[in-house]
Amino acid sequence: MTTKTAEAAGPLLKSPRRRRVPPELSIFLVLIGIALVYEILGWIFVGQSFLFNSQRLTIMILQVSVIGIIAVGVTQVIITGGIDLSSGSVVGMTAMIAASFAQASTWPRALYPGLTDLPFFIPIGVGLLIGLAAGYINGQLIARTKIPPFIATLGMMVSARGISKWYTKGQPVSGLTDQFNFIGTGIWPVIVFLVVALIFHIALRYTRYGKFTYAIGANAQAARVSGINIEAHLIKVYAIAGLLAGLAGVVTAARAQTAQAGMGVMYELDAIAATVIGGTSLTGGVGRITGTVIGTIILGVMTSGFTFLRVDAYYQEIVKGGIIVAAVVIDVYRQKKRTKH
Amino acid sequence: MVVSPSTMAAVRASGAVPNAEFLLSAEGVRKEFPGVVALDDVQFRLKRGSVHALMGENGAGKSTLMKVLAGIYTPDKGEVCLKGVEIQLKSPLDALENGIAMIHQELNLMPFMTVAENIWIRREPKNRFGFVDHGAMRRMTEELLHRLNIGIDPEIEVRELSVANRQMVEIAKAVSYNSDVLIMDEPTSALTEREVAHLFQIIRDLKAQGIGIVYITHKMNELFEIADEFSVFRDGKYIGTHASTDVTRDDIIRMMVGREITQMFPKEEVPIGDVVLSVKGLSDGRFFRDVSFEVRAGEILGVAGLVGSGRSNVAETVFGVTPAKAGTIKLFGKQVDIKSPTVAIQHGLAFLTEDRKDTGCLLVLNILENMQIAVLQDKFVKAGFVQESAIEEACEAMAKQLRVKTPNLYERIENLSGGNQQKALIGRWMLTNPKILILDEPTRGIDVGAKAEIHRLVTEMARRGVAVVMISSEMPEVLGMSDRIMVMHEGRVTGFLNRDEATQIKVMELAAQ
Repeated sequence: MTTKTAEAAGPLLKSPRRRRVPPELSIFLVLIGIALVYEILGWIFVGQSFLFNSQRLTIMILQVSVIGIIAVGVTQVIITGGIDLSSGSVVGMTAMIAASFAQASTWPRALYPGLTDLPFFIPIGVGLLIGLAAGYINGQLIARTKIPPFIATLGMMVSARGISKWYTKGQPVSGLTDQFNFIGTGIWPVIVFLVVALIFHIALRYTRYGKFTYAIGANAQAARVSGINIEAHLIKVYAIAGLLAGLAGVVTAARAQTAQAGMGVMYELDAIAATVIGGTSLTGGVGRITGTVIGTIILGVMTSGFTFLRVDAYYQEIVKGGIIVAAVVIDVYRQKKRTKH
Repeated sequence: MVVSPSTMAAVRASGAVPNAEFLLSAEGVRKEFPGVVALDDVQFRLKRGSVHALMGENGAGKSTLMKVLAGIYTPDKGEVCLKGVEIQLKSPLDALENGIAMIHQELNLMPFMTVAENIWIRREPKNRFGFVDHGAMRRMTEELLHRLNIGIDPEIEVRELSVANRQMVEIAKAVSYNSDVLIMDEPTSALTEREVAHLFQIIRDLKAQGIGIVYITHKMNELFEIADEFSVFRDGKYIGTHASTDVTRDDIIRMMVGREITQMFPKEEVPIGDVVLSVKGLSDGRFFRDVSFEVRAGEILGVAGLVGSGRSNVAETVFGVTPAKAGTIKLFGKQVDIKSPTVAIQHGLAFLTEDRKDTGCLLVLNILENMQIAVLQDKFVKAGFVQESAIEEACEAMAKQLRVKTPNLYERIENLSGGNQQKALIGRWMLTNPKILILDEPTRGIDVGAKAEIHRLVTEMARRGVAVVMISSEMPEVLGMSDRIMVMHEGRVTGFLNRDEATQIKVMELAAQ
């Protein structure tokens, strides 16, 4: 292309391939900022370093890995302009059901005495399938009946919690095989989280699935006219979110080496918080997995920091709520600035 | 001397406002946004009892100026004077209290409230218990509407009104503030001719009462019909102000684009091929019935008709957006069942929708993402992965060909002017290499320069053998571009006209019956 034609075509300059500062940078700086505040407060009030303590950092990341796995799915849902309130309950449901297929024959009160000592992939597979099914039902409800995602997933939230209580009439499921528990040991949950995040980071940025997800969130009607089968796509997105909640349930049970009906309560809200703190806009069309990963770590640092500073658990929740609201306020402010001209 | 808006409002209320030559004026106004100078040393002077049109291509700065005058933007430099007194408007409310009311293109009424409630909102008459006095409000509204010769029931909910009537309510609301200045942003864009005539009558009445009207339009004939003066802007600069009786259409176009547009409609005679799309007895059971037409390769079929005649609905059904209740669609002689836009695209159809914002642009995404979305259905994807560099190259080439004005394709599409957004959306469809292109109001709300370019593109598509269906409310466009014209009225096809026999009068006869 000669410069002359470029001029005639108006100022369409050569596009720089890597453009602008990535939006994650500001979130990352917030993370650094929070960590530094803890570091300083740590030296003042506790007399030790917050950051230079590998054990603390490991525990911190371990604690939020499950939230992170869920948040990767929730991020995709929110990018389409939807919401998923069911993930916490799905964690509880899949933890219970997966664990019931992971019991050792040495355990005297196995739920299915004939189905003990199964290889690890069976309970894991069952957990993933149950999660996938829950997400699929969410997706079908939203795509076919056009009810708001808030309501559809609210229904699933209540029902899935009910199933986890009904499944054993409230009894915990214990005596799990070492094979199964292995996935919850050491830093395995962190590895699972990061691998899941990487897979869906790539899927969102480089595949047609990702492009369509953003397009639907930006303008569903325009996406439809552009040939996207919105119903089928939304079912996919919600099914993936359910699958990841199922995975989170499996990891939760394996970490605890037991499953209880109350597992995962409020996880959906932590996952939504991590997503929103990470810069994903609730109005749809905007958001990235990298942001969500940072958002998840921010949640972890906050909690871990409070404990480190020996802040009362009551205050922790109060402040956490404030921070979540602040993140959305910043998002709204950003949107406003954008539409100013 | 700078007077604060509240002082000025108080002075105005006391009736002691100096009788200056100009109702509203702006001098040396500058407004910058990140990356663009939207207004550069702009001036504007509105005379009492006159209609002053703002003309210019999209992105010329007229909307920004209008927003400065209405208190939505604060200028970086320069002064705005109300009746000769400099004033700093900090909000639209400031402007309203100083007698400057704006009627937005997107009407700002609350659909579930009545006409009266909408008009008097925030100023409802109260009875002695402090509750809203509905009886008084109704009387006030009736009186106001009567004075303006608007026949609308004050008690009806706004959502039940037509667009034209909502516009009238907006005007009544603006007048109810005893405004001296009314700013109207393309008020006729969604009105039928009869409604436009009524609107113009109201504008003339307001003028006679000494109200000054700032009128923004893209329609040249309106300028001659209603405006006393007009100011032209180009690329954020003030070009000049003239009386509308002193100039011709060509003069104005020249001022707006800074160059001669020799040929408004670059219609070319191209060989017409076989029938590509054939529609028979199509009905959607709601908006149109028994519609039949054919389009041939290389042919441009214009579709004329008043707003509400079902033109867009036919296009939506052909493209699979809404289902058909009866009738057949044949492509290249083969009957097809177009269940969804996905199927339509697979068959080589493309559909540029009427409403850029609602059904066209993915506003929060960038130009590249907007352009590639349709073609990704079946091209530029391998094993689910998008071939980034290939599609980027294709989009860049397309954007160059279409002359989309932008620094690069990573700009959000919402930052582009309407004309450039439209070009990007046309690019979206050209990338799919369509055989049949359906365009619904392809040049609505677009400046003259971009209009001509879009006409050039449509002609180019026809020359390449694409069958084009072009719905348009602009008579010169339909007459200038089409090989044949299909006219619709209340959901039925009322006739076809060939290019050589079509005149404005014949089309209107079929459209209005």
